[in-house]
Amino acid sequence: MIRPAPWLGLFVLLVLLANPGPALSAPASDLPGDSVYQLHLPLRDQDGKAIDFASLRGQPRLITMFYASCPYMCPLIIDTARMTERELGEAQRAKLAVLMVSFDAERDDPAALRALADKRKVDTSRWTLAHADAADVRKLAAVLGIQYRQIDGGDFNHTSVLILLDAEGRIVARSEIMGKTDPAFVDAVRRVLGDSKAH
Amino acid sequence: MDRKGSSVKGSAGRHGKWLAATLFVALPSMPALAADYIDVPGGAYASVLPTAETPLDVNVPALAMRSEPVSNAEFLAFVSTHPQWRRDQVPRVFAESRYLDHWPTADSIGPGQARQPVVKVSWFAAEAYCESEQARLPTWHEWEYVAAADATRRDARSDPAWRNRILGWYERTSGGDLAEIGGDANAYGVRDLHGLVWEWVDDFNALFVSADNRNQGDPDLLKFCGAGALSMQDRDNYAVLMRIAMLSSLKGADVTGNLGFRCVRPNEEKSP
Repeated sequence: MIRPAPWLGLFVLLVLLANPGPALSAPASDLPGDSVYQLHLPLRDQDGKAIDFASLRGQPRLITMFYASCPYMCPLIIDTARMTERELGEAQRAKLAVLMVSFDAERDDPAALRALADKRKVDTSRWTLAHADAADVRKLAAVLGIQYRQIDGGDFNHTSVLILLDAEGRIVARSEIMGKTDPAFVDAVRRVLGDSKAH
Repeated sequence: MDRKGSSVKGSAGRHGKWLAATLFVALPSMPALAADYIDVPGGAYASVLPTAETPLDVNVPALAMRSEPVSNAEFLAFVSTHPQWRRDQVPRVFAESRYLDHWPTADSIGPGQARQPVVKVSWFAAEAYCESEQARLPTWHEWEYVAAADATRRDARSDPAWRNRILGWYERTSGGDLAEIGGDANAYGVRDLHGLVWEWVDDFNALFVSADNRNQGDPDLLKFCGAGALSMQDRDNYAVLMRIAMLSSLKGADVTGNLGFRCVRPNEEKSP
């Protein structure tokens, strides 16, 4: 009987080499299974700095998706996130981060995001405007329950939503009310920030 | 596959002959490697979800599509090499609790399941599987384009017999055991696009027909809704629109008992 052992190991190795691990993989083992930070998502911010999505764990965060050339809805998303923040006390606000990821992988490079941040006077010490590759944009939207579709002329139809993540990256609340504050959502933000005035 | 076979053979010395014979026998039963991708030439066609107002408005670039949906045996091989996708290890954010719960255990399939299409897989799991084959899920337009064919024609959608066959299948799908993969090939050589399971597409979360934020006064949104509404009245496309309605209702972690998938690769050499 011929023993297959010597080549079998090599064969298995070749099979493994031919099947590199998928981009989706679980990072830290103690991360909750329902955390959006389970998603392996390389981002680049408005200054071109690489950010690993999972490294954002540890701080409550508002997250939303937008695109820089958007004429109407996306400015409204920024305004609504600001209005929500203004409902908080200064100390509370300092504990909250904001992440806006672009749908437009093609055009929203760091320069375009930086230009928008400057134009809208976005405080990039707490707010991050980020680019992701097209396939990763699709995955992030799926994790966040956001629908979007590119239409002719380069615009996007998309869900406009603010999503609140706790420090572990679990979705705590979401609001599609744009242009004014959503009291229930503001209350959820206060609770996540540990504000004793929360209802 | 030839390349791998010969490199193994070359380094295996005196076992070479035996090895070549074994590989020949073994490979067809190694599903992760056995996937058969069929070249599909690119073309323009009228989609039920048009991107513009001209009739032949959607251009699909040349691609290679899996000739069959992914089977339970193939998906089992995948979770064996990618244990983070076992049902007892997958993070809940990527797959709900019913993920693969039709398998007897997390790492085995039941008798008779091997050649059935895998179902109860989430979009994330399907996408990860395709990435393991250096592929991805087809977009809706790619899927719809290839699925427009019957056995002899690349676009059989105007034929009432084609539509009735598909609608007839929709009436049968609930309940009962899934059939095995291996239906008749369509004009491209692709099997089981209709009649067996529904399939995930890459851009499932782009298929919203009634858009969110409808009161925000975006003129493009109105155009989109108008196109969607016109198509919905097109009874010729009713069978296909049912797919869109189903896919657009899902979240990425959802699974259902009759939703599987197949993968595609871009075919840049053959694109115009």
